[in-house]
Amino acid sequence: MNLNTDSKLEKIMKSGQLAVTSEVGPPRGADLEEIEHKAGIIKDHVDAVNITDNQTSVTRLCSLAACIKLKLLGLEPVLQMVTRDRNRIALQSDILGAAAFGINNMLCLSGDHQSFGDNPKGQNVHDLDSMQLLQTVRLMRDEGKFLGGDEMKKPPRMFVGAAANPFADPFEIRVPRLAKKIAAGAEFIQTQCIYNLEKFEKWMAEARDRGLPEKTFIMAGLTPMKSVGMAKYMKNRVPGMDVPDEVIKRLQGVAKDKQADEGIKICIESILRLKECKGISGFHIMAIEWEEKVPGIVEAAGLYPRPTV
Amino acid sequence: MIVADKKPIEEIIEFVKDRERILVAGCNECVTVCEAGGKKEVGILASALRMYFKKQGRDVKVDEVTLERQCDHEYLEEIAGTVGNYDAIVSIACGVGIQFMAEEYPKMPVYPGVNTCFMGATEYRGLWVERCQGCGQCVLGQTAAVCPVARCAKRVFNGPCGGSTNGKCEISKETDCAWQLIVDRLKTLGKMDEYEKLFPIKDWSTDRAGGPRKVVREDVQQ
Repeated sequence: MNLNTDSKLEKIMKSGQLAVTSEVGPPRGADLEEIEHKAGIIKDHVDAVNITDNQTSVTRLCSLAACIKLKLLGLEPVLQMVTRDRNRIALQSDILGAAAFGINNMLCLSGDHQSFGDNPKGQNVHDLDSMQLLQTVRLMRDEGKFLGGDEMKKPPRMFVGAAANPFADPFEIRVPRLAKKIAAGAEFIQTQCIYNLEKFEKWMAEARDRGLPEKTFIMAGLTPMKSVGMAKYMKNRVPGMDVPDEVIKRLQGVAKDKQADEGIKICIESILRLKECKGISGFHIMAIEWEEKVPGIVEAAGLYPRPTV
Repeated sequence: MIVADKKPIEEIIEFVKDRERILVAGCNECVTVCEAGGKKEVGILASALRMYFKKQGRDVKVDEVTLERQCDHEYLEEIAGTVGNYDAIVSIACGVGIQFMAEEYPKMPVYPGVNTCFMGATEYRGLWVERCQGCGQCVLGQTAAVCPVARCAKRVFNGPCGGSTNGKCEISKETDCAWQLIVDRLKTLGKMDEYEKLFPIKDWSTDRAGGPRKVVREDVQQ
């Protein structure tokens, strides 16, 4: 097996096994206990844990510190890094810092606009965009160089990924955009939450037509719905989200206290269906503030036990 | 053109409330077109200030002038003979004109009467839109003549981001997604193959990042 890094995620996917990741959001305070607790719930059921980077532009404990904590606990973190808050100096610096602590995975994102968060009056940076951040990590890792051209003594050995949204507009460039991220250096892809399976499968078919799953590992993103309210919110308020009416109707069809169970059921069924979709290398289960449901989903979807590599 | 918008009158009053002789100075260029700082707006602002002082029972002189341009020493010199009659100037030119006025008359307090917003154009009367941020290294040749610096909320060069919905930006349903516009135009021009070219990391040193900028043209200097 030809490995570029020490990443467990890379090993699992390169060995042809389905990978499972989940995500944990850091707390809004100087406290690592919560993240330790959340990660502890899922650690035996996932291969790696994404730590979000000030998601929805709400200020939180930093992703890098939380990743270091997980690493010290023996988990495999995926450092999410957005280009919204840091310029190229800070990005490269944080990449080195993460790598020095043995963090082997990174997800390059542009980040939600700051107007959604708790500092709408703040400046945004966007010195690089997400694709240029991918290129930066690959340049640092593969050529041992900084963006400025200087060489470094010990390059960061990061397995580097990107997000893809198969549902955002315009649809016709969704697959070309995936190709572009791969060309920029994305070795794995975690997709936006999938509720519209037909549309996702169409996107995957187009990706297969272009041979893209051979060039990157595509992980299907899933978020279980907790309620009808959440489904409606996701449909109407979250940019780039595609929640078909059938999903909402299905949740409406059960008693209110059973909606969460129904949401979990939908999620498990989606995974089972997508396990049959050619070109899928794993699942990224984003149970937002609902970490305790991840083990059950992983088990019911036949993804447990996790491989040891 | 440079687009500006009126400052709230309360803010302007706060600047000049203790003054005795005020000159309100407009500009006949961009701010006239965007109806923020031309002759008409000079008259409106001067009247509002006069009303304010009258209500306060104070006898404050408020005069009006509209120069051809405030971003030009030649036109600023036109008021050299009378500027000594005032103890404050409220300029409603753009930020460039306001500063040039202050540089021309170093002893005179100069206050802004507008907020200078962006480089843009009139979509229709009452709606002015941004088109350029003066980054100093034009990318329109690579982006189907739609600027991602000025028109994308995240200024992404390899867009659109995941927040593009029905052609609109994630920040507002009123804001077009610049990358939807770029893709649409590439399609119209039959150049969709260009979409997959990765846009290299931008040199921002010609932008604000590089500090105050100058254009030096020795060939036209006298």
